[in-house]
Amino acid sequence: MSAFARHRRSRRVIATFSGFEADLLRSLTAQLVELLRNEAAVPHEDRDPFEALMDFSGPTSEPEDPVLARLFPTAYRDDEEAASEFRRFTEGALRDGKAAAACTVIETLEEAGLPPLLEEDGLMIDVELDEPTAEIWMRSFTDVRLALASRLGIEDGDEEYWNELPDEDPRAQAHDIYEWVGYLQETLVHALTV
Amino acid sequence: MCHHGDVSAASPVEVDPGLDTTLDPDQITVLATPWVTIVWNDPVNLMSYVSYVFQKHFGYAKKKAEKLMMEVHKDGKSVVSTGSREEMERDVQAMHEFGLWATLQKSQ
Repeated sequence: MSAFARHRRSRRVIATFSGFEADLLRSLTAQLVELLRNEAAVPHEDRDPFEALMDFSGPTSEPEDPVLARLFPTAYRDDEEAASEFRRFTEGALRDGKAAAACTVIETLEEAGLPPLLEEDGLMIDVELDEPTAEIWMRSFTDVRLALASRLGIEDGDEEYWNELPDEDPRAQAHDIYEWVGYLQETLVHALTV
Repeated sequence: MCHHGDVSAASPVEVDPGLDTTLDPDQITVLATPWVTIVWNDPVNLMSYVSYVFQKHFGYAKKKAEKLMMEVHKDGKSVVSTGSREEMERDVQAMHEFGLWATLQKSQ
């Protein structure tokens, strides 16, 4: 299984992926971009239509999608007004940052030779990341894992439940992917700290 | 208590003749009621990653970062920074950029 390592001399973070693995990473990050850009970043509550038209700032209420709610947590637990204000001023930038990070992963993979449509067998993709790019990948892997975990309903200490699911259960397959991205991230953190 | 140690607790009687008496009221508020950033446990983030984030963002030594990470892991949460409300908002935003679940509140 592919993993990240630190190249001793160049100090770059390197990994070799099969075409299938690289394509899967691209698919996951592309879905993240789509999710981040899709749900309109506007408040759902009823408000004065004119005021709504004139308000170009960010959303003030928690996103309805549980993935987005986890990616953009409420910053004040006991102060709704402050939480709304915080969200208004930060969520837009956070969304853009996370979407840009996911795009960086896609661009790096494609620059490393991943074709727009993967058709050939046996293709290997070598990626070489400088430190800032490696950190962007690490953050994006976190977002992908948070998204998968929200969809799957991952909880502390539920390993046994997932291990006992039959292989053909689509959730078991999704959980395998979640574990795989976790493994990749673990090796990426390690590569960045040696 | 505060991030910025430049304003230490006032000595009780003596007043430095050169003391600037036009203190910014916000600064006084900061001293009176510091705010804290709390990171909460989640079942997703890797221990190594959380420790990396604490070192990277706050500049904490590895030992301190790992201690805070273990508090998050075992106690469910940890106060990871203290300072003015504005500073804590910046820390919380940074934690959200890294995908950690963070909130801020007045120090208790």
